[in-house]
Amino acid sequence: MEAGFSPLAAIVFSAIVFAGSAQFASISIVGAGGGAGAAVAAATLMNSRFLPMSAAVGPSFSGGPLKRAAKGQTVVDASWAMSSRGDGTFDEHLLIGASAIAYAMCVSGTAVGAIWGDKLGDPSSFGLDAIFPAFFFGLLLNELRSRRARGVAALGAAIALVLVPITPPGVPVLVASLASLVGLSRRARAEVLERQEAEGEPR
Amino acid sequence: MSTPAIVIAGCCAITAAIKAVGPVALGGRELPTWFTSVVILLSPALLAALVATQAFAQGDHLALDADTAGVAAGGLVIWRTGSIIACVVLAAAVTAAVRAL
Repeated sequence: MEAGFSPLAAIVFSAIVFAGSAQFASISIVGAGGGAGAAVAAATLMNSRFLPMSAAVGPSFSGGPLKRAAKGQTVVDASWAMSSRGDGTFDEHLLIGASAIAYAMCVSGTAVGAIWGDKLGDPSSFGLDAIFPAFFFGLLLNELRSRRARGVAALGAAIALVLVPITPPGVPVLVASLASLVGLSRRARAEVLERQEAEGEPR
Repeated sequence: MSTPAIVIAGCCAITAAIKAVGPVALGGRELPTWFTSVVILLSPALLAALVATQAFAQGDHLALDADTAGVAAGGLVIWRTGSIIACVVLAAAVTAAVRAL
């Protein structure tokens, strides 16, 4: 096992942190001889995109603060995007259910890799690394119904790609989330109000 | 404590805090219009950034490689057929094929 992570430690890591890219970032720093502080800082940047996601789902969660904090732990990219209802609210049951399935697959995948990884070979030779971006692409196409959403997607992608060569991993996606501030424009807000009134949901 | 144990503990604590802060601070609140309007656009912004960085970047540099071709093929399939399963399977297959060349 690379980087001094035993198979058990790798599985525990998956089971608790449950965010592949952050795990790889921190493990590669430890593997390259970096300190624990640098490894944790790198993982924090990789997971910083969960901050806007967590703020977005917050109002949709029911229950007391502790229960909501526990539900917040189920936020991961794919299930977060899948559970968005498109009106600014999220389906908490769909989020938790989708994350439970992803969680089981993530932990079992890590266990398979940690125990039999040497015999299976490099997962990238099966193209497995293309699965997540392709899945996100599918979710993204669903979101591009309005012209404004298409513009925001283009802006988010552009911001991320410009920042990739000049910032540490994780920062490009976090900063790209600021493209959503286009929603503060008067026209965007007016459209939200119009739609809410049409649906008979005065808020 | 060994370095892996410290890294695991540190990552767990910080990730848990990041994921808890939104639900604890904002849970059960009425959404102001501006917040709803921004949240609606957060999905396209974040998903596009995730797709772009995973398909066009390797670590800290931009690169067109096998997974770029795979994701492009997958995108074409979901756009034409709407099947997310076919999209994901073809993306992996094309990536593997280009890599094997």
